[in-house]
Amino acid sequence: MKIAIASGKGGTGKTTLSTNLASFLAEEHEVVLTDLDVEEPNSGLFIEADLVREKDKFKMVPEWSADECILCGNCQKVCNFHAVIQLGEMIMVFPELCHGCYACSELCPTSSLPMIPKKMGVLKHFRNGNLNFVESRLDIGEEQAVPLIKQTHKYIDQQFDDNFIRIFDSPPGTSCPVIEATKDADYIILVTEPTPFGLHDLKLAVETMKELKKEFGVVINRFGIGNDDVLAYCNEEQIKVLAKIPNSRRIAELYSQGRLIYKEIPEVRAELEKMKDLIMGKMKEVVK
Amino acid sequence: MKEIVVISGKGGTGKTSLTASFAYLGGKDVIVADCDVDAADMHLLMQPDFADEDDFYSGELAHINQYDCIQCGKCKEVCRFDAIPIIKGKYIVDPLSCEGCGYCARVCPIDAITNKDLNVGKWYISNIKTGSMMVHAKLGIGADNSGKLVAKVKSEAKDIAEEERKDIAIVDGSPGVGCPVVSSLSGASFVVLVTEPSVSGYHDLKRVYELVKKFNIKAGCIINKYDINKKVTAEIVEFLKKENIVHIANLPYDEDFTRAMTNGQTIVEYSDNHLKDLITDSWNKIKRSVN
Repeated sequence: MKIAIASGKGGTGKTTLSTNLASFLAEEHEVVLTDLDVEEPNSGLFIEADLVREKDKFKMVPEWSADECILCGNCQKVCNFHAVIQLGEMIMVFPELCHGCYACSELCPTSSLPMIPKKMGVLKHFRNGNLNFVESRLDIGEEQAVPLIKQTHKYIDQQFDDNFIRIFDSPPGTSCPVIEATKDADYIILVTEPTPFGLHDLKLAVETMKELKKEFGVVINRFGIGNDDVLAYCNEEQIKVLAKIPNSRRIAELYSQGRLIYKEIPEVRAELEKMKDLIMGKMKEVVK
Repeated sequence: MKEIVVISGKGGTGKTSLTASFAYLGGKDVIVADCDVDAADMHLLMQPDFADEDDFYSGELAHINQYDCIQCGKCKEVCRFDAIPIIKGKYIVDPLSCEGCGYCARVCPIDAITNKDLNVGKWYISNIKTGSMMVHAKLGIGADNSGKLVAKVKSEAKDIAEEERKDIAIVDGSPGVGCPVVSSLSGASFVVLVTEPSVSGYHDLKRVYELVKKFNIKAGCIINKYDINKKVTAEIVEFLKKENIVHIANLPYDEDFTRAMTNGQTIVEYSDNHLKDLITDSWNKIKRSVN
């Protein structure tokens, strides 16, 4: 069972929900929480666990070797991303633009652009009892999140089978990194807040999930602030509202300290309890 | 013309609410660019009229002509993105996985594969309620290349600012540290970092500032909701000193941020309290820092 937690707008409480839900479920079940917001991974700030494994992650990029190169210019011609450019008698490679398609390398008549690994980030795996936590962190200056998200998915698939509840904290937005983070999920939880920004971005996220043909539900965070338009929209569209996390300054304060809120706020625990029932139900469907 | 870019690393810190307030305070003299194209929200506060709109094309998508395909499988073999699954005996391009590298089309022995330009979104030039203009965009679902759309929005805003002889362009930047925010930052005269004193707000501030440093741009910082965690606020202030970042202001936790937004207004229009004064002071300080 794979559950992705996503949102159109940033800062609506994806990480709050991911970390609290994962820790709560881990009281009784085996859980792995993965932070796929590789540009700004935050989940780890809320999870106390011991490091199990740390791995540098690489992407493959071409490296020019001048010896046999006949400067035919084919590499530049076949690169759709302007990552390989011929400049006078030199071939220049811009690794941050490279998508790793191998076309320049494999179509080079003299094999002068071998692919070499270039570090793009670090994956860390932590564990505390039933709870496994995996995060990947993109190196500053690396522009592409998708290759790192892909490799992180691969790691999770190798390490954890269907017995684990696998929760993914996704990046914000609706563009390629979000698609990569959510496309294999069995169920998506969209986190929003009851404000005009929250509603506008929720609609985009809903469109995205419909396009991906995903089953999803909504969690309203900071419930009580703003207005009722998000609730009205969910009713109208017949979208299931899974939980409402109350708006409170106390929650904002606990969050700011890196603490899990369900342990101190009973209403939050009660909302997570509701979500647990739904998740266990889905789990049975998926395992079947 | 000076370009002020507002970014935050982390979402939900009040970046857009503050950018809109600055745009309102700047009035006619300030061109606005919403470069948070992935979740663009500025228009909800600025009443744009969508006067001009245009499609934005970027990247390609492979298409296999099933009529010509001889099923040799070469395309699938070379695709590094697993974007050509075999569905019911046919080689089909999965549009969500295809990166548009064009390798498959180059190796197809009978030229059955073509690449189509991808329409990834729309961009707009609008008149807004401040009496000025705004450039904004809407990215298509799951679109790649949001960095290029950001670059487009910015360059249009710059052109308009120069034509109309405006002094300042203010840019609502993208979240994260990847390609869209890199595009947002390039060419900026001054960066305003909006953060909050939470462990995650501080964490993301440090990461995004590493990126700002690479660009060598002068920066200032607003700590929003500073009173939620005074210990982390003190740590952030220390960090700003160490890095030579202008400490623009501490703003209190105030639900007027949300109330103003719910009213479709900027904070400085809605609120007539201390918060309005603090934001006005911040804007003046930013203008001084830029010049």
